[in-house]
Amino acid sequence: MRNFEIIKIENLAKRFHMGEGDFTALRDINLTFSKGEFTGLVGPSGSGKTTLLNIIGSLDNPTEGKAIVLGNSVSELTHKQSAVLRNFHIGFIFQTYNLLPVYTVFDNVEFALLLQKHSATERQKMVMEALDWVGLADKANSKPAQLSGGECQRVSIARAMVKRPEIVLADEPSANLDATNSHHIIQTMKKLNRELNTTFIFATHDEKVMQYLDRIIHLKDGMVEKDEIMPELKTKSHVSL
Amino acid sequence: MLAFKFAYKNLIGAGLRTWLNVSVLSFAFVVIVFYNGMLDGWNRQGRSDTVAWETGNGQYWHPLYDRYDPFSLQDAHAAITSEAEKLVKENQLTPMLITQATAYPQGRMLNVMLRGIDPNQKILLIPSASLNPQNGEIPALIGKRMAESAHLKKGDHVLIRWRDINGTFDAREVLIIDIFKSNVPTVDVNQVYIPLTTLQEMTGMKKEATLLVAAATLNNTGIKGWAFKDTKFLLKDFDEMINAKKGGSRILYLLLLSIALLAIFDTQVLSIFRRQKEIGTYIALGMTRAQVIRLFTVEGSAHSILALILGSLYGIPLMLFINNYGIPMPKSADQAGVAISEKIIPFYSFGMLVSTILLVVISATIVSYFPTRRISKMKPTDALKGKIQ
Ligand SMILES: Nc1ncnc2c1ncn2[C@@H]1O[C@H](COP(=O)(O)OP(=O)(O)OP(=O)(O)O)[C@@H](O)[C@H]1O
Ligand SMILES: [Mg+2]
Repeated sequence: MRNFEIIKIENLAKRFHMGEGDFTALRDINLTFSKGEFTGLVGPSGSGKTTLLNIIGSLDNPTEGKAIVLGNSVSELTHKQSAVLRNFHIGFIFQTYNLLPVYTVFDNVEFALLLQKHSATERQKMVMEALDWVGLADKANSKPAQLSGGECQRVSIARAMVKRPEIVLADEPSANLDATNSHHIIQTMKKLNRELNTTFIFATHDEKVMQYLDRIIHLKDGMVEKDEIMPELKTKSHVSL
Repeated sequence: MLAFKFAYKNLIGAGLRTWLNVSVLSFAFVVIVFYNGMLDGWNRQGRSDTVAWETGNGQYWHPLYDRYDPFSLQDAHAAITSEAEKLVKENQLTPMLITQATAYPQGRMLNVMLRGIDPNQKILLIPSASLNPQNGEIPALIGKRMAESAHLKKGDHVLIRWRDINGTFDAREVLIIDIFKSNVPTVDVNQVYIPLTTLQEMTGMKKEATLLVAAATLNNTGIKGWAFKDTKFLLKDFDEMINAKKGGSRILYLLLLSIALLAIFDTQVLSIFRRQKEIGTYIALGMTRAQVIRLFTVEGSAHSILALILGSLYGIPLMLFINNYGIPMPKSADQAGVAISEKIIPFYSFGMLVSTILLVVISATIVSYFPTRRISKMKPTDALKGKIQ
């Protein structure tokens, strides 16, 4: 049984308007991502990692070609449709955590569920479960300012995972963390990836992150330089076949 | 509802700045309510005083009478009809005869209105009962302002000169039998009251009157030969003055409100600029831009809700205190020539409160909305970067 394709990128190019002309951030991108992948976009600064993640997250549109996410062509979605896609199906994890400072940990994690209109008891259950995953159930009533960087990033993992999305996009999630915390959060995500079969796509420079990845897509100057499946995934998929 | 919950948290979370805005807005709110309350209190007191002292519950005028034209008095008098006479006997009407005269207090000359009033009347507060016939002397009643300006005291004599029905001048001394105090300057300034029958005799206008003042109990039936003037007409001057005052104070408090609104506007602009990353995060979490705009608008306008609560917290005790003591009015206020008491008790009507609350909430919402429109032009990716736009 094969894991089905949930993201398909066809002949994608992205150009930004600059002063006189256009700047090409991505070009000739053809990629597919399957359900349950734990993949990294790796490449030097300015190679287009964030730009590609933004397009997959339907925060931005391709200039040319198509990005099809869960059967939706990103460039053809209305504002409202892309908001629904993000709300239900895509979790974001940011380098700077982007937690809402005035809310408690619980409120931060609950936010997406409020938009989905779950009942209060359902929300309570789901949020506490998500905080359990990341080992922060006892910090539910803390404010982000009272947490360490590693804890903040774990809250944002819980926030991304609480709605059990098909896809999680993580842009340099370990860049602001020390080695121990980096390992910890990647291991947490890896565990969730296995248990919930959630697709994770990272943008990273971090060697510590790379050692956990099943697949590494090397980007350079906005193009795919190399797309390598890591040995572990080969054996794993071999077993599952 | 969701927007309200988030807005409330963000606003409280913003701390000092929120409370500064809320304080200024609450101050504007309290001042507006207080100012309007004071004017409404004055309005109510002034109207009821004017009705009680001067206009009664409407008046029947001789068709030629014009209150702004003293020369009309020469012809504006007629015999009290039997229909009216009946109502006078039932204490539903009291006649008044008015004629122009000149008083000579201490050799000076003063144009006055000589008013004949029935000493037994109960319709107006003018203490006409003191106009008892004195042995051979004409008793006269004046107000405190008249007494002051003419330097007259109780017991003084003053020479009055008037024209009779044929236009012939006549003069006599009257005795100041009492001096009354009224909040209504128009019944006082340059007015001299003498018994109706005496004035009728002096002028040769037997059983005649210029106007008939109606009691509160009289249902306007219409009296043939007399033109009915309702209180709305009679209080026109007073209403105009109050409206002018309201206009003036409106400028003042709109200015105050503008300052408060400007502070909210400024906070909104700043917070949308500073919280771009947060806006981007909301969008990444699945909010539409319209929802984010709503969130920020509600957040801004929630200042007004907090301001209303805060304003009530200190405004209500303050206003109760003031209502207990009244607001002393400066003497100069009297010179305006309209009814004003020494102390005004503010009056806060439900309608005024509701419209002030609406004014504050709606205007705060509008100034909160305007800066949020730029959110709709923001690219979520730029917002997430916190890029300056
Ligand atoms: N909004 C934009 N306007 C203009 N150019 C942009 C914009 N966003 C990205 N770029 C450019 O596109 C290129 C790719 O940017 P991107 O942010 O995707 O790089 P990255 O691989 O994520 O780099 P880093 O590792 O530094 O985060 C960069 O050269 C960048 O300057
Ligand atoms: Mg990047």
